[in-house]
Amino acid sequence: MAVHTSQSVAKAAGDDVARGRSRGTGNPPPPSRFRRALSVHWYAWTMVAPVVLVIGVIIGYPLVRGIWLSMTDANERNVARSIGVNEMPATYEFVGLDNYADALTGTQFLGTLGWTLVWTVSCVTITFCLGMALANILNRRIAGRSAYRMALILPWAIPGFVSVFAWRFLYNENNGLLNKILGGAGIDGIPWLNDPTWAKFSVIAVNVWLGVPFMMVALLGGLQSIPSEQYEAAEMDGATAWQRFRHVTLPGLRPVSTTVVLLSTIWTFNMFPVIFLLTRGGPGEATQILVTQAYKFSFEISPRDFAQSSTWGVLILVLLMLFAMVYRRVLRTQGDNW
Amino acid sequence: MTTVTATPARHGARKAPKVRKRGDRSPAASVALHLTLIVMSVIAVFPVLWVLLTSLKPAKFASTTDFFKETTFENYTNLIKDTEFLSWFGNSVVVAGLSTVIGVFVSATTGYAVSRFRFPGKRGLMWTLLVTQMFPVAVLIVPIYNIMSTMGLLNQPAGLVITYLTISVPFCAWMMKGFFDTIPREIDESGQVDGLTPFGTFWRLILPLAKPGLAVTAFYSFITAWGEVAYASAFMVGDENLTLAGGLQKFVNQYGAQWGPMTAASVLIAIPAALVFLFAQKHLVTGMSAGAVKG
Repeated sequence: MAVHTSQSVAKAAGDDVARGRSRGTGNPPPPSRFRRALSVHWYAWTMVAPVVLVIGVIIGYPLVRGIWLSMTDANERNVARSIGVNEMPATYEFVGLDNYADALTGTQFLGTLGWTLVWTVSCVTITFCLGMALANILNRRIAGRSAYRMALILPWAIPGFVSVFAWRFLYNENNGLLNKILGGAGIDGIPWLNDPTWAKFSVIAVNVWLGVPFMMVALLGGLQSIPSEQYEAAEMDGATAWQRFRHVTLPGLRPVSTTVVLLSTIWTFNMFPVIFLLTRGGPGEATQILVTQAYKFSFEISPRDFAQSSTWGVLILVLLMLFAMVYRRVLRTQGDNW
Repeated sequence: MTTVTATPARHGARKAPKVRKRGDRSPAASVALHLTLIVMSVIAVFPVLWVLLTSLKPAKFASTTDFFKETTFENYTNLIKDTEFLSWFGNSVVVAGLSTVIGVFVSATTGYAVSRFRFPGKRGLMWTLLVTQMFPVAVLIVPIYNIMSTMGLLNQPAGLVITYLTISVPFCAWMMKGFFDTIPREIDESGQVDGLTPFGTFWRLILPLAKPGLAVTAFYSFITAWGEVAYASAFMVGDENLTLAGGLQKFVNQYGAQWGPMTAASVLIAIPAALVFLFAQKHLVTGMSAGAVKG
């Protein structure tokens, strides 16, 4: 990333010089380019300095260290630690890219990645479709609109971990409300969180429940920004409701939907609390996504495997960045200047 | 909107009677829409409502299906008397509050600079701010854990505050850029005409105008820290050091579940957050999408 930044610095500096922003310094011995840039941009640089400093120290340094750890065999037993008054020095060793080779050739990473993709795609798709439907309904004149809106937003307003526990309460196999209702109707209780397939269904349902309000509110904002002249023109041309939706609403929502889909994909891919608090990745490893599995490596197994956990972390980051780049490129070729 | 559509609606009805206009639907369609909304609202509200109702039943009736049963506040009193709930609550307030205040304070000028100026490094900075928000917990949690443990900051609120800054600083900078973008540049220019330095413009003109934006950013950053689970579960151990996310896990784990105190704690955690949220949410989406779309 450091490389990326410095490239952009050079490019941006070139841009500014080319535009003649700092043409004022026309003294015969021209000061160095850096000093000239400093005299023009010192206030901007001062303003961003705190963030650059903080990001460098608390994100940059750990990131570099994480990448380094992923190329070692660090675990709980060989990292630097203090036992009582004794300081134990670190004894882990550099192993190159072995961890990556292990992860990418083994079945565990690829299997977990597969479920993570299923989880992300289904959550985002269902959430987006429901959010779109609700936003379109709420965008009409309908009695009690603000009351509905208030109710539908509620899942977003409750802290996520509280809602997840609420669902765990409802899903409980013996005493949970869902199974009691089923029991009242004479249907056998469903092992919501104890059967691999049902557990997958349950975690997706909870995440959709958590995610729909954000989608709905964002898309509703997008709908309200579509000029009503476009609809009037479509009506004059005799477009049906479906045609109006397909050719006016959807294109008009494009800027908003591309953004929320990107955000939602990244958030869902990394959705730690839902899986961790609902199933802990179980039963077995059935609902384990990459993030929770990486967490498990470093905090739940013994000895804690820091190297493997870091490796998975770096791989997740690489995957997400690749996704974001491809996504942007696809949008750009389709004519978005985003 | 209604007055505008009225004329073309009548006009169009003669030419193509089959095409339904906007805001013009059969009673059956109205019923269907209301039914959909009611079902969805019930699904959205019910889990939350059920927790609230359960918290008002005596703990031994927690898993009954009655809506009300011997309504009592004993879950709440027991929760506060017998558990460390109040210290968890205090820890959460301190940690989330400090990381929000520091985050907003550190990143306000950056949001402004990125919104207004072209300067070498801006593109790189914007990218960094965006990419750091995609960071999975997994990539930072191990190195931060190791660094904190060598510095003796594990199990300390200070350690958690520093950790949460990795989330709140990029987020606040990004979001505030979005809010500053909505303030007209003419205001800056008028400040400069009157002889203010860029810092003076920011401090005296822009910051007062951006107060609602700052409040929303701060609020959202607070809620994020309030609900953070992964770092809090990994870094904080011991009954009195937990934050709320860790504390709630004490009630429900693989060994059993105490639904009575759990539901009472959930209500106490959720009510303040939900109230403020419902006030702030309109501005929230504005800031996020403005920052994201115009970035």
